[in-house]
Amino acid sequence: MAINVLKPGLSTTVQDLGRPGYYHIGIPTSGGMDTLSLAAANLLVGNDAGAAVLEAVFMGPELEFTQDAMVAVTGADLPPKVDGQEQPCWTAFKVKKGQVLSFGFLKKGARGYIAVSGGIDVPVVLGSRSTYTLGALGGFEGRKLAAGDVLPVGQAAMVAEGRAVAEALRRAPGAPAELRMLPGLYWHRITEQAGKTFFEDTWKVAPEADRIGYRFKAGRPLDFVPRTPPFGAGSDPSNIVDACYPYGSVQVPSGTEPIVLHRDAVSGGGYMMIGTVVSADMDLIGQLQPHTPTKFVKVTMEEALTARADRAKTLKAIATALA
Amino acid sequence: MTTRYTFGGDEHIFVECSEEMSLEAFFKGMSITTALRNANIKGVTEICPANASFQVRFNPDIIAPDEMMRQLKALEAVAQSAPSTLNTRIIEVPVYYNDPWTHETGQRFRERHQDPTSTDIEYTARINDLDGIDGFIKAHSGAPWFVSMVGFVAGLPFLYQMVDRDRQIQSPKYLRPRTDTPRLTVGHGGCFACIYSVRGAGGYQMFGITPMPIYDPNQTTSYLRDFMCLFKPGDIVKWKPIGREEYDHTVAEVDAGRWQPRIAPVTFSLEEFSKDIDGTNARVMEALNGH
Repeated sequence: MAINVLKPGLSTTVQDLGRPGYYHIGIPTSGGMDTLSLAAANLLVGNDAGAAVLEAVFMGPELEFTQDAMVAVTGADLPPKVDGQEQPCWTAFKVKKGQVLSFGFLKKGARGYIAVSGGIDVPVVLGSRSTYTLGALGGFEGRKLAAGDVLPVGQAAMVAEGRAVAEALRRAPGAPAELRMLPGLYWHRITEQAGKTFFEDTWKVAPEADRIGYRFKAGRPLDFVPRTPPFGAGSDPSNIVDACYPYGSVQVPSGTEPIVLHRDAVSGGGYMMIGTVVSADMDLIGQLQPHTPTKFVKVTMEEALTARADRAKTLKAIATALA
Repeated sequence: MTTRYTFGGDEHIFVECSEEMSLEAFFKGMSITTALRNANIKGVTEICPANASFQVRFNPDIIAPDEMMRQLKALEAVAQSAPSTLNTRIIEVPVYYNDPWTHETGQRFRERHQDPTSTDIEYTARINDLDGIDGFIKAHSGAPWFVSMVGFVAGLPFLYQMVDRDRQIQSPKYLRPRTDTPRLTVGHGGCFACIYSVRGAGGYQMFGITPMPIYDPNQTTSYLRDFMCLFKPGDIVKWKPIGREEYDHTVAEVDAGRWQPRIAPVTFSLEEFSKDIDGTNARVMEALNGH
């Protein structure tokens, strides 16, 4: 079975739950930006939660199916259509051999996850089918989809049509979006006052927001505690001796625009980070559009772990309902 | 040198061995990360050494963050009693210094440079009191360099010059980063050298280019069939200046699948190095000649 890509969309890539284990040589985790939605899409069509799907940003692709398949679209409100007939999101629907799956305009969110029964069957590279475009690694030829691509799809038994994820289990950012952050790393480099305004201010997602990281603007600049630059760090007060960047860490070059590193993160560099967005809220970032008002919310480790447990509960509830 | 431990969210511990770069700080990180790898702690998913720091990723569903922190701190004591000796390898990297491609790229982004009227290599030679391009090449390739970190993008090595601090080449990053850097550019920012593993944005000064691929996701390059990245932290590099003819020849040999980098096993002791830098370096580099 295969899918013919008629139109690729804006930036559609093959993603699964990621490629952990190679960060020490600069190969990032990759995988879906919103893995909760990714897993839900897979479960809807009867796949394992971690099967490879298509991640479409802002705009959906146009895909022709060469065999019957079950399909589900989750994450962003990116309305799917089968031969022009609109289908509900977060619900399994059938696409027959020869039919075309296309998409209406994005209504909410940023990334749609398109799961197909059997999963997108590109080769596994370093344990994952995810695409890391900067390194031309994994996915479909290490790049975003292009018109004319033929995507291999795995074998699958058909599950029932019409299965849906309950409204209450569909997680999406609020207004303003709230990202919980554990302060740490080089937090001591900014002044007490800067530490206050950072959490007080409402930031906005900047246009530079992609799989590498999300940049935020419109908050007050952060002042630094004065220092003599350590040898090898560089002269800017935000410079450090190049170090690893945790996934989800918040760096603030020159104290102006915070950047939250995401799935295709650069694995290290010379800017100080003031904390890390908790693992439970990384999915939400994947659904933020440019200009979305966003607040960072200070949490403790205990609260971070509670948030993590809540996210796991949501996923479990989805899996149980669809089992 | 006080070690600083801090959580990076609920999945990482970030450890700063020292605020400033030094070979001692790098070695401290290497010994703790080695001890951690050997400890085989359940729940540890990634161990990433960096220049003067390192990072550990763990699964908090398997090991609680406080317990992870406790075990990591306990390992610092174990690592401190270990001898600062590293069994590693030296890799010779041919470099075509002052090449036409990085020169052209440098000219395209000249307004983003500290000194728009000169080239990156001339500028760096001048601010380091080196005798022009030849003096620069001699200083750059005369001593070996430690791979102190691999990252930023896939397979990119950061390298630290194995000389005392007042002999280290230092150069600022571009005022504003370039949007383009040729693949396999030999760059420099602060006290670190790097090799750009892929083409792309960059802010480091550009001194030359190597004909030797260091990252190959398709794994067709003869010496990257076992693994797609050449470098790992702890490797030692010796730059070998080459001209256009040898550059072109090497590129052709690499493409034909015939080329192999010169690599030799070597033991490095921080104590020996601290006592006799030039003598240790001479011994380390001699390993490439099969002695």
